[in-house]
Amino acid sequence: MGDKEAMESPTPEPTEGAHRWPLWEVFVRSSRGLSHVHAGSLHAPDASMALRNARDLYTRRNEGVSIWVVPSDAIAASDPDSKGSFFESPQGKDYRHATYYTKSEGVKHL
Amino acid sequence: MNQQTNFGDSSASATRITPGFALRPEDIALAAEQGTAKPGEDVGEYALRLGDDALILAQRLGHWISRAPELEEDVALGNIALDQLGHARSFLTYAGAAWGKTEDELAYFRRESEFRSAHLFEQPNGDFAATIARQFIVANYQFPLYRELTKSSDPMLAAIAAKAVKEVDYHLDHSTQWVLRLAGGTAESRRRMEAGLKLMWPFAGELFEDDELTARLGGAGVAPSSLKDEFDRSTGAVLAEAELDVAGHPMATGGGRHGHHSEYLGPVLAEMQVLAREFPGAGW
Amino acid sequence: MARNMQQGGRSAPRNAAEAPVVEALSAEDAAGLENFDRIIAKDSRVEPRDWMPEAYRRSLVRQISQHAHSEIIGMQPEANWITRAPSLKRKSILMAKVQDEAGHGLYLYSAAETLGTTRDDMMDALVAGKARYSSIFNYPTVTWADMGAIGWMVDGAAICNQVPLCRASYGPYGRAMVRVCKEESFHQRQGFEILLELANGTPEQRAMAQDAVNRWYAPSLMMFGPPDDDSPNSKQSMAWNIKRFSNDELRSRFVGMLAEQVKVLGLELPDDQVRFDADTKKWEYGPLDWEEFKEVLAGRGPCNAQRLERRRSAHEDGAWVREAAAAYAEKQAAQHTAANAQKAAA
Repeated sequence: MGDKEAMESPTPEPTEGAHRWPLWEVFVRSSRGLSHVHAGSLHAPDASMALRNARDLYTRRNEGVSIWVVPSDAIAASDPDSKGSFFESPQGKDYRHATYYTKSEGVKHL
Repeated sequence: MNQQTNFGDSSASATRITPGFALRPEDIALAAEQGTAKPGEDVGEYALRLGDDALILAQRLGHWISRAPELEEDVALGNIALDQLGHARSFLTYAGAAWGKTEDELAYFRRESEFRSAHLFEQPNGDFAATIARQFIVANYQFPLYRELTKSSDPMLAAIAAKAVKEVDYHLDHSTQWVLRLAGGTAESRRRMEAGLKLMWPFAGELFEDDELTARLGGAGVAPSSLKDEFDRSTGAVLAEAELDVAGHPMATGGGRHGHHSEYLGPVLAEMQVLAREFPGAGW
Repeated sequence: MARNMQQGGRSAPRNAAEAPVVEALSAEDAAGLENFDRIIAKDSRVEPRDWMPEAYRRSLVRQISQHAHSEIIGMQPEANWITRAPSLKRKSILMAKVQDEAGHGLYLYSAAETLGTTRDDMMDALVAGKARYSSIFNYPTVTWADMGAIGWMVDGAAICNQVPLCRASYGPYGRAMVRVCKEESFHQRQGFEILLELANGTPEQRAMAQDAVNRWYAPSLMMFGPPDDDSPNSKQSMAWNIKRFSNDELRSRFVGMLAEQVKVLGLELPDDQVRFDADTKKWEYGPLDWEEFKEVLAGRGPCNAQRLERRRSAHEDGAWVREAAAAYAEKQAAQHTAANAQKAAA
């Protein structure tokens, strides 16, 4: 966002990009008991306006009971190019799943 | 085609939509038809005041949609306009039940002198700061008004107010956020915020004037003067934080409650009513 | 998702339209392309940080931003009647609809932003007259019946276009379309009901409805874009699983829906060549004036200048507000930092 000098000057000159509001990611909890789910993004000057804009934009039809907003810049994401190796480890570890244990099948309450 | 559409796997996501439950103008119209909501003329007249305020404000705010300073604000002002229009429809539907009229007969076929809106609601939008100044005054007036009206001895007024107060709570927050930002933003925005308050503040006075009707209503209505202290306190706190001063702005003479309007109402009504009056009696 | 997310891994050009054409693929790009091709072949979804061919990125930015602009410009012809809506119920519905369109524009701009362009860039291009939007919004709304015709036919055509886009190969676009389609399901119905009321109203109201249907019919058919043999981008777009059906396929399907629905209205389509061809199993329709389409697209429609001017003035008149809010946020952040520093020093 804006240029730091503009802030200190008493009558800030509009500088290129000074009015550009940062991007926020919006997460909505659709009802109690469920997780917040990513709904989309929006622009807002600050967190409190981002929350209000999110309320107006993403919950016009009772879609939510709670909203999170996160500056897009604050999200660290895994690298898609390393997708293969990053998510390889759990592949084939079928002993982590109940279905692997076939001999106990049919035993009650197990 | 859209009805049988497969929207993918998003049914469990944040895009699930529902209409929700709340008192709607249609419910009031039905109650009026069935004779279970029949206000006396005083309550009808009072509901007319509240309804006209909200209707004219919605008409004004509706103009912002597609013209707001940022798209997010188009949506925000649109929500506020829709809330106000909803309140207007409820109050007017109920008011109409006193005289066997529908909300549309009241909105589209009354003359200017038969409207009961206060001058503040009739003021033009001006720039965004003027609109915010008007919203700030309106919300700080409507919030305590509707909160008190939920205790009305008239159950329908109380029910309409119960729905409205929750929505106006947000309008109050919205206008407060913007007053702080415009006052504390740039020199330009501060100048405009001050100018907006100077334009709108004089019309705050009329909102708190009691008259014969509000006296006769007793526990069915809310005495306007009883809201003044809270209005002064709540606006005062925000104005102090924003370092804005409204003490020097003189109060204007009103008269809207008795049909004496500002010059601005006529053109608003002309535009609002033109089509309906071209086809009197037609359905839409 | 986020604009910055392209910055990890392979960085995306800020403005895809200016991306240089890469002649030979690096090893990294070759691997990326292989993965991309695999995703498309499996009919899976491409996500923002995935490697994608520049042409795919460019094509998406063009399509999604045009779509967003259409929503935003499309607010104007209907906003024209908000203040004059003939009943309070209709006023509420219309206001909610136009407001939804702002929301839909926002969802779509968000989707386009994940491709490394910014909303400001897109908005600047729009107000400078350099970006396209659906040319139908350059026609005027002269009567109340136009609110009905727009809802029934223009939104109807838009929905036909958009429902298959919910499955577009680019994840954020598909997700935005899911949300848009859900919300728009009421838009077409409210338009149809406006026309139904008018068609069953006074003779003047009925004439008003027929007149609106006459005027919006051909432009709504042209919303699907030029005929398939004259639509250069379509083939590639279908190969990439962005588009799922050709322009002519969708148009024919749409005509079939109108032909049935207009009977319920008791009105007529201004086209005596509408018929179902039992051999091809397709709906046929009369010739469309593609010259007029190109004229309007080129900026010579009845309302092009008016629509752009309105968007430009809203954007420019709002600049001081956006600057004020940004300046306030910076001051608050600076105060917060100063307070924290003081606390740390104490």
